[in-house]
Amino acid sequence: MDKRVVFRSAWLPYALVAPQIAITVVFFFWPATQAVWFSFQLQDAFGLKTQFVGLQNFVNLFKDANYLASFRVTAIFSVFVAFSGIAISLLLAAMADRVLRGALAYKTLLVWPYAVAPAVAGVLWAFLFAPSIGIVTYVLKGFGVDWNWIIHGDQAMVLVVIASVWKQISYNFLFFLAGLQSIPRSLIEAAAIDGASPSRRFWTIVFPLLSPTTFFLLVINIIYAFFDTFGVIDATTQGGPAQATQILVYKVYHDGIKAADLGGSSAQSVIIMLIVIALTVIQFRFIERKVQY
Amino acid sequence: MRLKLLAAALASAGLFSGHAQAQTEIQFWHSMGGALGEKTNGLAEKFNASQKEVKVVTTFKGSYPESMTAAIAAFRAGQAPHMLQVFEVGTATMMAAKGAIVPVAKVMGDSGVPFDPKAYLQTVTGYYSDPKGNMLSFPFNSSTVMFYVNKEAFKKAGLDPNKAPRTWKEVLAAAEKLKAAGQECVYTTSWPSWKHIENFSAWHNVPIGTKENGFGGMDTQFAINSPVHVKHITMLADMAKKGLFTYAGRTNQGDAKFSSGECAMFTGSTGAQAGIRKAAKFDWSINMIPYHDDVKGAPQNSIIGGASLWVMGGKKAPEYKAVAQFLAFLSRPEIQMEWHTDTGYVPITQAAYEMTKKSGFYDKDPGAELAVKQLTNKAPTANSKGLRFGNFVQGRTVIEEEMEAVFAGKKDAKTALDDAVKRANEILRQFEAANK
Repeated sequence: MDKRVVFRSAWLPYALVAPQIAITVVFFFWPATQAVWFSFQLQDAFGLKTQFVGLQNFVNLFKDANYLASFRVTAIFSVFVAFSGIAISLLLAAMADRVLRGALAYKTLLVWPYAVAPAVAGVLWAFLFAPSIGIVTYVLKGFGVDWNWIIHGDQAMVLVVIASVWKQISYNFLFFLAGLQSIPRSLIEAAAIDGASPSRRFWTIVFPLLSPTTFFLLVINIIYAFFDTFGVIDATTQGGPAQATQILVYKVYHDGIKAADLGGSSAQSVIIMLIVIALTVIQFRFIERKVQY
Repeated sequence: MRLKLLAAALASAGLFSGHAQAQTEIQFWHSMGGALGEKTNGLAEKFNASQKEVKVVTTFKGSYPESMTAAIAAFRAGQAPHMLQVFEVGTATMMAAKGAIVPVAKVMGDSGVPFDPKAYLQTVTGYYSDPKGNMLSFPFNSSTVMFYVNKEAFKKAGLDPNKAPRTWKEVLAAAEKLKAAGQECVYTTSWPSWKHIENFSAWHNVPIGTKENGFGGMDTQFAINSPVHVKHITMLADMAKKGLFTYAGRTNQGDAKFSSGECAMFTGSTGAQAGIRKAAKFDWSINMIPYHDDVKGAPQNSIIGGASLWVMGGKKAPEYKAVAQFLAFLSRPEIQMEWHTDTGYVPITQAAYEMTKKSGFYDKDPGAELAVKQLTNKAPTANSKGLRFGNFVQGRTVIEEEMEAVFAGKKDAKTALDDAVKRANEILRQFEAANK
């Protein structure tokens, strides 16, 4: 049965979507257009002298081996953040869904980190893992691990991934839990009666039925890793050591806000914008086919 | 409608001028948090109480980069403050913004407020002056880098606690002994680029960049890959490998490693003293930074860090006069002495230094004087009067990234410093193009 709402008025539908469109225009299209415009310019910090330089900012970026290296760092970082974030929260949601007693307490605790600002999350983990005073460092030392992310790049990467994932788990968890609760019990019970083991039930019934949620979260988590994690990085490694955690968006922030290089920073944000648009298109065209609604 | 507008404009103009006649208000944005913020507010209050025409309003705008960004945004919106505190690495950026700032020498000259540039300490004001010696910004809080020693750790290692190493050779010898005595962290540093590249160059009288470290023009290039630099960074890398040097990070993370007793030797800002005094549970000493005795002319003099006050453009003449009055007030020996003895920042005038000396303060606190002595060790040369590199916020990051690659064992010192020069020069060319 197909249900359709038909608006008889000519303007009402437009009026109803107008607030959303206005917000999108003011907070997305306008700044995005400005970024594109600035990316073609060379400007001093105070905006006193502006020159149109065409694609020079982009040429400079791609000539810089260190900028190219930060693509690799971003790819590693995003893949780790998105996949471990989704996997861990799926596991937690599947567990929380089965809890009978005290379910509310578990759920509340799991949702809690979402209220924490990225920078605070970063500082929190940086303290736990601090090279000389951190409690985790102390424990690791007991196991003979030389933990010092101030100088070891791979450890710094582990730290920022943990902090970023921890921050995002709650969000993923909420969606997975809602998804799990909307799966009809009868399906699972029928499979159980047929003798399917819990893990088989999960992989053949629950996981496919969750695929729209998983797909949505994949898109959201990639975008999160690309854009929202600079607070975590700024509060902990600031891109270091030796650019080991210099993800693209952190360089945008460092060059634009800290170093007042508006043109270069805008060119970088245009590049990130293009990457995310491309990734989203790819995800919708190729991965969405595997999604069962 | 037009009439109404006109009336409104007239009314507001009348209101404004009436207000201005009563008292000129000066906006002063700074980055002094905590106890330093209180001291800064205290200075403004004291000035406000000392006369009736001018009222200085201080606003804390966050960290140095944050307040600079805020001021740039405010300037673009036509609402810049009168005075802005900018950290030393922002000097070239501010200086190049000709329409955005007014040189302090001009503000003072136009105002008719008595001002003698010779009364100031050369090493301090030189950093903020143009090649002709005109003061561009007013040195507010100036520090330098010192060498700290944990005397108890020295005693434990069988070293003379009252004889701190003076050369890097002596540092190495002491470091081996400390390590052998079980000291886990032997030597660490805060602000790696400021200490081991910028101050290192000045202290050994070698250029950081061409064109008098950038003072002579924007077409400067970095020169930090000289044999002297490579030798020094190689030595640090070797120390790191042997466990004699622990890298602590790019800002002041080294401070806590020393004051907690973890590291026995430490190079950090004069400003670290307050924190060490509070936290250290051991006897320590403050000394001049070590030098390589095989480098001719070393030790020269160290350079400052910290921040200066910039006067922003686009304001009215009476407001500039008010700014000049405040700057003259800040230069008074008794005010300078109070600031110097309270905060550990160095005094900016000869008179304030003499006054502090006479007061006997240095007998109780020799470290405070040692900073001045180190800054004025010899008359500054083209290599040691400071540095002026465009976009040095980015430049310093590049240098520190390359240093980290060396300390992590990923690159040798020569390759890293060559790469640092190449990358940092590109930033300079970008800055030059943007400010043509």
